[in-house]
Amino acid sequence: MNLTLKVWRQNGAEDKGRIVEYKMSDISPDMSFLEMIDVLNEELIEKGDDPIAFDHDCREGICGSCSMYINGEPHGPEDLITTCQLHMRSFKDGDTIYIEPWRAAAFPVIKDLVVDRTAFDAIIQVGGYVSVNTSGNTQDANALPVPKADADAAFDAATCIGCGACVATCKNSSAMLFTSAKISHLALLPQGKVEAQERALNMVEKMDELGFGNCTNTGDCEVQCPKGISLDNIALMNREFLGASLKSEK
Amino acid sequence: MTKLFDNIPEGPLADKWTKYKADAKLVNPANRRNIDVIVIGTGLAGGAAAASLGEMGFNVKSFCFQDSPRRAHSIAAQGGINAAKNYQNDGDSTYRLFYDTIKGGDYRSREANVYRLAEVSANIIDQCVAQGVPFAREYGGLLDNRSFGGVQVQRTFYAKGQTGQQLLIGAYQALSRQINKGTVTMYNRHEMMEIVKIDGKARGIIARNLITGEIEKHSAHAVVVASGGYSNVFFLSTNAMGSNCTAAWKSYKNGAHFANSCYVQIHPTCIPVTGDHQSKLTLMSESLRNDGRIWVPKKKEDSQAIAKGEKTALDIAEDDRDYYLERRYPAFGNLVPRDVASRAAKERCDAGFGVNKTGQAVFLDFSDAINRLGKDAVEARYGNLFQMYEKITAENPYEMPMKIYPAIHYTMGGIWVDYNLQTAVPGLFAAGEANFSDHGANRLGASALMQGLADGYFVLPYTISNYLADDIRTGAISTEHAEFEKAEKAVKDRLDFFMNNKGSKSVDYFHKKLGKVMWEKCGMARNKEGLEEAIEEIKAIREEFWKEVKVPGVQNSFNQELEKAGRVADFIELGDLMCRDALSREESCGGHFREEHQTTEGEALRNDEDYTYVAAWEYKGDNETPELHKEDLKFENIELKQRSYK
Amino acid sequence: MSNSAGLFSSSLGRKYLMAITGLFLCSFLLIHLIGNVTLFTDPVQFNEYTRFMSSNPLIRVMEIVLVVGFLAHIIDAIMLTKANKTAQPVKYAMDKKKSTWYSRNMGLTGTIILAFLILHLQSFWYGYKFGDVAMTLDSSGTDIKDMYTMVVAAFSQSWYSAIYVVAMILLGTHLNHGFQSAFQSMGLRHKKYTPAIKKAGTAFAVIITLGFISFPIYFYITQL
Repeated sequence: MNLTLKVWRQNGAEDKGRIVEYKMSDISPDMSFLEMIDVLNEELIEKGDDPIAFDHDCREGICGSCSMYINGEPHGPEDLITTCQLHMRSFKDGDTIYIEPWRAAAFPVIKDLVVDRTAFDAIIQVGGYVSVNTSGNTQDANALPVPKADADAAFDAATCIGCGACVATCKNSSAMLFTSAKISHLALLPQGKVEAQERALNMVEKMDELGFGNCTNTGDCEVQCPKGISLDNIALMNREFLGASLKSEK
Repeated sequence: MTKLFDNIPEGPLADKWTKYKADAKLVNPANRRNIDVIVIGTGLAGGAAAASLGEMGFNVKSFCFQDSPRRAHSIAAQGGINAAKNYQNDGDSTYRLFYDTIKGGDYRSREANVYRLAEVSANIIDQCVAQGVPFAREYGGLLDNRSFGGVQVQRTFYAKGQTGQQLLIGAYQALSRQINKGTVTMYNRHEMMEIVKIDGKARGIIARNLITGEIEKHSAHAVVVASGGYSNVFFLSTNAMGSNCTAAWKSYKNGAHFANSCYVQIHPTCIPVTGDHQSKLTLMSESLRNDGRIWVPKKKEDSQAIAKGEKTALDIAEDDRDYYLERRYPAFGNLVPRDVASRAAKERCDAGFGVNKTGQAVFLDFSDAINRLGKDAVEARYGNLFQMYEKITAENPYEMPMKIYPAIHYTMGGIWVDYNLQTAVPGLFAAGEANFSDHGANRLGASALMQGLADGYFVLPYTISNYLADDIRTGAISTEHAEFEKAEKAVKDRLDFFMNNKGSKSVDYFHKKLGKVMWEKCGMARNKEGLEEAIEEIKAIREEFWKEVKVPGVQNSFNQELEKAGRVADFIELGDLMCRDALSREESCGGHFREEHQTTEGEALRNDEDYTYVAAWEYKGDNETPELHKEDLKFENIELKQRSYK
Repeated sequence: MSNSAGLFSSSLGRKYLMAITGLFLCSFLLIHLIGNVTLFTDPVQFNEYTRFMSSNPLIRVMEIVLVVGFLAHIIDAIMLTKANKTAQPVKYAMDKKKSTWYSRNMGLTGTIILAFLILHLQSFWYGYKFGDVAMTLDSSGTDIKDMYTMVVAAFSQSWYSAIYVVAMILLGTHLNHGFQSAFQSMGLRHKKYTPAIKKAGTAFAVIITLGFISFPIYFYITQL
């Protein structure tokens, strides 16, 4: 099939950036979206142009690298998949496809479609863990039973791949779905419960400091999350933080 | 010929690691902060090692090429992690896990290393649960297990089909905690470009900041390479696009030996290739073989009709279907080990029974399971995999059998290490898939995660301390040293070459070409003639690459083509070594199948008499033939047997 | 900011404040609506009700609380909106959202409602207090301001009634998102109860909207 691509090109953080149009022909519907970009890049290299920079790695929907805003939606038109799992059969011959990077002050553009998501790492670093050292004599894994429902809910929250689609689609570029997924994952397990409130305080404080916006409960993040992370997590975070703020002696 | 010292402690197998730990030299806590350790890679092995060494108080610098340490490809492991916990009371033990791993590896791994792996496996589960890894649980709140990969016990811990993700996030969180404490400095979007050796010891690396293109010198008292495997030498594999062999290859070129590079694992259940545009292969979990039946049509004309789209699987009568695994291996049926299942699929497709356009696909059929258990039960077990399959292929596997074909998935070979996980270069360590040590010629399912975490959490902290105990008086290593300057210059020269070369072909062109040669001649089945041809063809690719490669953009900025160019240059050299290794091993074992060495029934034929050794290759110079060192494998506790799954 | 004084300067603190003031204002709307029902019963009763509302000391205190509630809701909203705009400085060339229009435009609907509120206060609160209001008699025969006639006269103007109708519909959408959103912001979410809360929010929004719309429409039509 034939397509018109309108791709955001930006040569480094200082460049202003613009949309550039590319015509593509003979695209197989069996191709993945990123393979289509590969084809375009090969053409650009052949012509001596700079290929389009984009983040990608595992190409099976789990590493969270890929990050394209395709036709107005993060990871494109299909639900519950990442860009690398999107295939060209989701488009029609003659379509025009807009491809843009994640937009958020906290995710500055590095080049073209590549953005800097280290802000997510920074949020995890201030508390997204259980403070346990490595040792050969941690207590036996079965010493502490965990109700299956809690373990399953913790797992669901922990499936977040840190891609940033939630921030990208949020009109406020809020990172609450991401932050809350980690707060929930650990607060739901007895191992993580001990530090739950301290964790909520520190992670929310860091999130605010990094320039993410506020949550206005539109729910776009949940709809666009490739892993279906639920708004339940944001509610849980709100609860944890409220309790923690009131109890905190700091 | 120099002799390889495996440095295995004396004493009975079961006491070696305990004794080692008791005797190992330690570094006093006050001295640790003055000692720097570089860790390359943030997967299970690298992430766990950096976190653990940071906790101990060493000054750790952690490097990854991805934008975040959380994205290392360990994340994509689906099935699970083995541990000899015996929670299911089915007779499991450290010894049994050790035995299964040695046997599964076709008796080509080191007893002492494998026993240690089995020994610490239980600690891994304890550690991960303490970190908050949400493993699957039963209603009583205790951990659930599944069986995996043709062993007779249930010892695999799992988190749905995302075990690797959950374990990696656990290690990433432990690492993040240390970054916050300041014991680990994280260098993401940094590519390791060169190892720096001073007085024969590894003392640092040259790295490229992938955002600015800046070349950086980093010194340390020890360097850990935990950069994963080299499956991408085949271009198409289940590895991530960025997975590369550069750190391992630079280690090799600086004196570390590269061992058993011909041992690659081919996973039998991947989604088949659809065309030339294909960039990578997607794995479907091995667990599918628990309920799916593998078949091709009995009649060639049926296969051809399906390939042309004139018939579908549903048009083939039951009597006209060849369930070839059940036919050939009645005892294990569809659950034979990965290498056996993969070769059987290739055999059928080569004979002309493949069921898609390329002729390289077989059916994995769930209709029996759906009839027997009901659609809901099948959905509960495999729902997410079925959904993933449908997303990629646009076919509904509940109604139409899946099409699968083997793909390169894991590399058992890697940097040669001794019992300390130290390479032939003092101070240079290798961990996880990057080393060769634990899986012999074939890896059992759910053992890769186990090895990565064992190396990172439980082995390296002891062995590196033992090494560094002698370095407490060394003081900081200066990056002004002439060796750093030399290495930096070599790196810059190579980058300059790429940028200035007026070639006409993209990096991927060469990578695809290399992959094709490797897959056809050094893939699932090898023979002398093919391997010799491959060595010549790779030589030609290499020459053409250095003449014709074209890298657009600029050096001092974000330039993904430049990154790829360096990686592919190394893959080309590695491909050559793999073919040499495969050529020299005149036997079939595990993932290495030499067509000359098979039984009359087409099964792999090992030669224990002549080949019970580790083939460790030493780099001798760019245009020199590498030197083969043989580390004899001594089996004191296990009797060597021919594997049989009939 | 983890001390309780700083609680409300954190992003979540602002959400709590928005939620609490929002729910408080909801309660005001309900009371206001119930009181206004007297417009349909009897002019004298309505006039006595307005006199009570403007003279009772407890109500006067509540009036101050109400003003504070409004101001807090508005100021918090302005601060949130400002921060949110800085958080996403560059807009997409192509953007498709799957959320409802009104959930994304609480600032816009809120601003229009505020403008309406000023008009409303000017007409009735200011008009009642400081304007030239005709006098009539209450049930005991004492003089009382004839608010009823003032209301009826105002709603006989088509443009004036139309503004009320439009503003109340926007208020309805504001409430439809805001009511359930307040519970989410306070962390009160539960698989079993949240659907009920959402339904209650919609029902509340519909009742308030239809209730307040009924007055201009009724008086406009009856005076045609």
